[in-house]
Amino acid sequence: MTLAERLRPATPTRRWVALGAAAVAWFGLYAVNLPFWDWLVFDVVGLATESRLGSGVHFFLHDSVKILLLLAGIIFLVTVLRSFMSVERTRALLGGRREGVGNVMAAGLGVITPFCSCSAVPAFIGFVAAGVPVGVTLSFLIASPLVNEVAIALLFGLFGLGPTLLYVGAGLVIAVIAGFVLGKLKVERWIEPFVFETRLGGQVIDSSPGLTWDDRIQMGIEEVSEILHKIWPYLLVGIGLGAAIHGWAPEDFFTRYAGVGNPFAVVIAVLIGVPLYSNAAGIMPLVEALHDKGLPMGTLLAFMIAVVALSLPELILLRRVLKPPLIATFVAVTGTGIIAVGYLFNAVLA
Amino acid sequence: MIIKILGPGCTNCANLERVTRQAVADLGVNAEVEKVTDYAAILGYGVMSTPGLVVDDKVVLSGRVPTAAQVRELLAPLAS
Repeated sequence: MTLAERLRPATPTRRWVALGAAAVAWFGLYAVNLPFWDWLVFDVVGLATESRLGSGVHFFLHDSVKILLLLAGIIFLVTVLRSFMSVERTRALLGGRREGVGNVMAAGLGVITPFCSCSAVPAFIGFVAAGVPVGVTLSFLIASPLVNEVAIALLFGLFGLGPTLLYVGAGLVIAVIAGFVLGKLKVERWIEPFVFETRLGGQVIDSSPGLTWDDRIQMGIEEVSEILHKIWPYLLVGIGLGAAIHGWAPEDFFTRYAGVGNPFAVVIAVLIGVPLYSNAAGIMPLVEALHDKGLPMGTLLAFMIAVVALSLPELILLRRVLKPPLIATFVAVTGTGIIAVGYLFNAVLA
Repeated sequence: MIIKILGPGCTNCANLERVTRQAVADLGVNAEVEKVTDYAAILGYGVMSTPGLVVDDKVVLSGRVPTAAQVRELLAPLAS
């Protein structure tokens, strides 16, 4: 039996009571996190607040707990909400849409549809077979990993609502425009022919209705434990690096090379970010530390989006349906969009 | 009965295979569990979100990994 199965409540009342208790515990832990580490690191252990070691250790401990809490809370909520949507329903909504409106809808649906990147290929084929234009399908496939709940949780926790909304907005705009441009380039010739020959057989099964609240809650708990299990090494390395930068890197080291004075900073950040394969969890503590050191938010967001949106494993999966010229165009168009967004934010937020 | 696990071979597909084999063992039914990794074949069943579970050529579940208990419930009525 899995943990989530053992936690399955016997009655509806118990389910809501347990959920309420979990929420109260979550807010309690979140509230005592900062005072607790202040007390332990500075009062009990006696490290000086201003010292490098003191602030580094405090940053590491406080951030680890805060990030874990935010991740657990937001992944749970998002998974439960997303369980009301499905790829099948999204496809039905997108079928027969024209480009333009279709791209906008596809990007939006890409954010709210539960989607595992391992389904990218069958979803691509299924969408195309249902008459969804290729560009619209690509908008969906770009938005889905780009606007990511882990990144939303961390951005919100570390930078507040403003940058989080900017991130979501930027992700949607990039997905809409990149999909639209790729659609206009008549990329059908760069798609493996078997995609157009495949026919959807049988009856398309929609997995979202018929789930009970207990099912949805169980899916939420399982998703939290699975994601945390998967990302904790990235997270620890990220927070460790962040703590090191926080405590040890000279104040002007990063601003001198990548600050507002360097007009190529965004391009360089994206070029570094694309081949880097991490996930939002590993990258965000780093982004926070770099932001503290005075790097502009646009450059950092562009870096983060480049790391999260374009990943080698996903490109290798997509290679099954897209020919190399289209993969290259896909990376180029999406990368250009990310760079544009970085400069835009630097200009707007400066 | 013939049970097919649809999926290109990601973690979810492996998990579905594991809980399915466990459910089959728990029920003590005589079933053959096969994997289907070919995309055209997966789409041929109408499954777009992997993993998918097919029993005697009928899709009974797709898009998520159920628990072994849920697979038992799905298989029990079909195992006559």
